[in-house]
Amino acid sequence: MAVDIDLEHVARLARLQLTQEERARFGPQLELILEHARKVGEVAADDVPPTSHPVPRANVYRGDEPRPCLTHEEALSNAPDPFEGRFRVPRIVEDE
Amino acid sequence: MTDVAGDDALGDRQGYELAAALRGGETSASEILEATLRRIEEVDGSVRAYLRVTADEGRAQAAAVDERLRAGGELPAVAGIPIAVKDVFCTKGIRTTAGSRILEPYVPPYDCTPWARLSAAGAVMTGKTNCDEFAMGSSNENSAFGPVHNPWCLDAVPGGSSGGSAAAVACGEAVWALGSDTGGSVRQPAALCGVVGLKPTYGRISRYGLIAFASSLDHVGTFARSVRDTATLLSAIAGHDPMDATSLPDPPRDYTEGLDAGVGGLRVGVVEDWLSMEGTEPGVRDAFQAGLDALERLGANVVPVKLPHADYALSAYYLIAPAEASSNLARYDGVRYGLRVEGDGVVEMNTRTRGAGFGDEVKRRIILGTYALSAGYYDAYYGQAQKVRTLVIRDFRQAFADADVIAAPTSPTTAFRIGERADDPLAMYLSDVFTIPADLAGIPAISIPCGVDGEGLPVGFQLMGKLLDEPTVLRSAHALEQELAFAQRPALVSSRG
Repeated sequence: MAVDIDLEHVARLARLQLTQEERARFGPQLELILEHARKVGEVAADDVPPTSHPVPRANVYRGDEPRPCLTHEEALSNAPDPFEGRFRVPRIVEDE
Repeated sequence: MTDVAGDDALGDRQGYELAAALRGGETSASEILEATLRRIEEVDGSVRAYLRVTADEGRAQAAAVDERLRAGGELPAVAGIPIAVKDVFCTKGIRTTAGSRILEPYVPPYDCTPWARLSAAGAVMTGKTNCDEFAMGSSNENSAFGPVHNPWCLDAVPGGSSGGSAAAVACGEAVWALGSDTGGSVRQPAALCGVVGLKPTYGRISRYGLIAFASSLDHVGTFARSVRDTATLLSAIAGHDPMDATSLPDPPRDYTEGLDAGVGGLRVGVVEDWLSMEGTEPGVRDAFQAGLDALERLGANVVPVKLPHADYALSAYYLIAPAEASSNLARYDGVRYGLRVEGDGVVEMNTRTRGAGFGDEVKRRIILGTYALSAGYYDAYYGQAQKVRTLVIRDFRQAFADADVIAAPTSPTTAFRIGERADDPLAMYLSDVFTIPADLAGIPAISIPCGVDGEGLPVGFQLMGKLLDEPTVLRSAHALEQELAFAQRPALVSSRG
């Protein structure tokens, strides 16, 4: 069974603009990769637990101690559009 | 040692030789750096290992080391050694791009932990090295800033993703380098460039300030031209870091201790299926066999082991890594740093920024990962891949019951031509078939040069060990290195054969 991937839908989920040319090129490549990748289903039985980390560690916390951190200016130093000490972004809420 | 002052070959020396020469007053950190900068000047026009040479910062660091020497203080082992840093490590005040347009203007306001430790110990930065975009690739062709050329054959790739770091160390543009290894990105380029590349245990070196690709797989690794230097560099950067929750609490050690203890009686496991695997070049097989023979001459016992699920490791990797990448790379949205392409409303701004800022391979993996995590597909892809990961780890546990280390070629092929696999992502992914299992399992693995193929291109010999058993991996690699005495250096020619 061929793998079917709805590129437009997935690209929208990922907030990734793709050109017509990119969609045409990536489509067949991704289907080939997924054909290969779905082999994982051949061996992964129900009684095999999943592994998320190779060396599991749980409840790792740093001591709750004050220490030096970035200044306001440093934190904003790479912002594409800093404005009055904040990160400015285009309109988020649609007009009424 | 003879007077090495002003010798342009300084950058070709081992770090431990330079350390001795520094302490003996035969040279200075500034002389070592200047010789290395001259080499960069000579060869980097054709190799293109560096995205940025940090001569000013390096000169200041070298001068500080020389000052400490004059004052008669004790110096850490890494002091005065020229080190190149892959451009996925944040370096304070030094532009860091991850090989991507989307981070082209980024100047980190802080240092990653590995460089912070080296810098505090007096290491000297030569510059930031080229790499595949966000460390995704096996050839360095995915860099937004052009490919790196293999110093052994300038028409060929250096491997990837840490191709610039491997190439720089291979031709004396740095003595050591930092890299990152998620699916083989230190070991594979080390093999293709004829240098030593180590990926230690997951969590052994802090990843604080390493630009994230796939967090359950990302490892910091090292490049050097000997196992002894590798052990010195590892000792300087390993150890717990409260800033990285995955960093292991186990106390660090001096990894140079016990290097000379030999391999008498050591059980070396070999996965025989891998040698007969289609796509493994005869030249790779022969050089690997010569390495095995050398280990046997030294008294090691070669035993067959099985990793039955290794065939599925590649498939699992190409689901897990893109899934984690799609999540990690969500932060590049044009708001806090990097590129922004304006649009009507924030979503359009995000979408345009990411479309313009990411290259082909990164886009493919973001789509792949988003798909594998999306509703209706999660269980079939990501969930199953995580189960395969469990099976791969169980395989290793079983194999390490019969073997102390496991040996394999690092890569099924030697360096391939630039452009050869660029349009075939799946063929490119197969470059990592022997390196991915150790990343999935988090175990330490090293690649050392073990010979050349018929075209004179270097072949890498990989040794994998148990979790946190870097000492056995380094000891066996050191013994093999001494026995093989691989001494060829890259010729910087444009074609071979």
